[in-house]
Amino acid sequence: MREERGGGRGRGGDKKDGKGAGDAPRRGFFRRRRVCKFCAEKIDYINYKDVRLLAPFLPERGKIQPRRISGTCALHQRKLQVAIKRARQLALIPYVTD
Amino acid sequence: MSTARQYELVYIVTPEASEQEIADLHTQIEQIVQRFNGTFDKTENWGRKRLAYDIGHHREGTYVVETITGSGELMKEIDRRLRVIDQVIRHLVVRVDEELRVAQRTSEARKAFVARRRVARGLPPERQPGEGRGDGDSQDDMEGLEAQR
Repeated sequence: MREERGGGRGRGGDKKDGKGAGDAPRRGFFRRRRVCKFCAEKIDYINYKDVRLLAPFLPERGKIQPRRISGTCALHQRKLQVAIKRARQLALIPYVTD
Repeated sequence: MSTARQYELVYIVTPEASEQEIADLHTQIEQIVQRFNGTFDKTENWGRKRLAYDIGHHREGTYVVETITGSGELMKEIDRRLRVIDQVIRHLVVRVDEELRVAQRTSEARKAFVARRRVARGLPPERQPGEGRGDGDSQDDMEGLEAQR
């Protein structure tokens, strides 16, 4: 049971140094610790019909936001990806926007 | 046993279709479901919605969501039928039973985990009203785990 939580904890850590090495400290950049939205809100099933749930992971272009930006954990990113692709088929969200 | 699977069927009907035509379509599907000894669990009509992109010159469409329990052959037949019907501009069949089962299992596992942790700390297994900071979830359980390490 422990390792389930352990995974969640470890994730926050390696996110940080992924970005922090470069220009961040010089500019006084505020590095926010990103937490997986689905883990935090305990959403177990990512419903492809729920556009409001998927929308934050689609920037203006309509591409799927990478994990390194959104902070979603690997498990949920995989599920999110499937949900977004289904929603696209149903014209709930666009494939591309320009 | 192995044939009873739950599916979600979503289809988009042309905006020109009347209420009657949509109802007809629904009964058509219902007949197929009955013929294959499936069961109809739920129907939802989302009404007319704007499409995110044009599908065959249509900018809008009526969304209908059906939850069906049945065999793979049943869904194959429905899929084939919908492909032929011109009024249906888009449809999608998704098998949901396994996904929902996984989701249910994870939420149950989490609940059990939280309850166990709470009992270990000498608290009642369920979160009491007005306990801890805010009205959020088991934030305190996470903190407890960190302290223990």
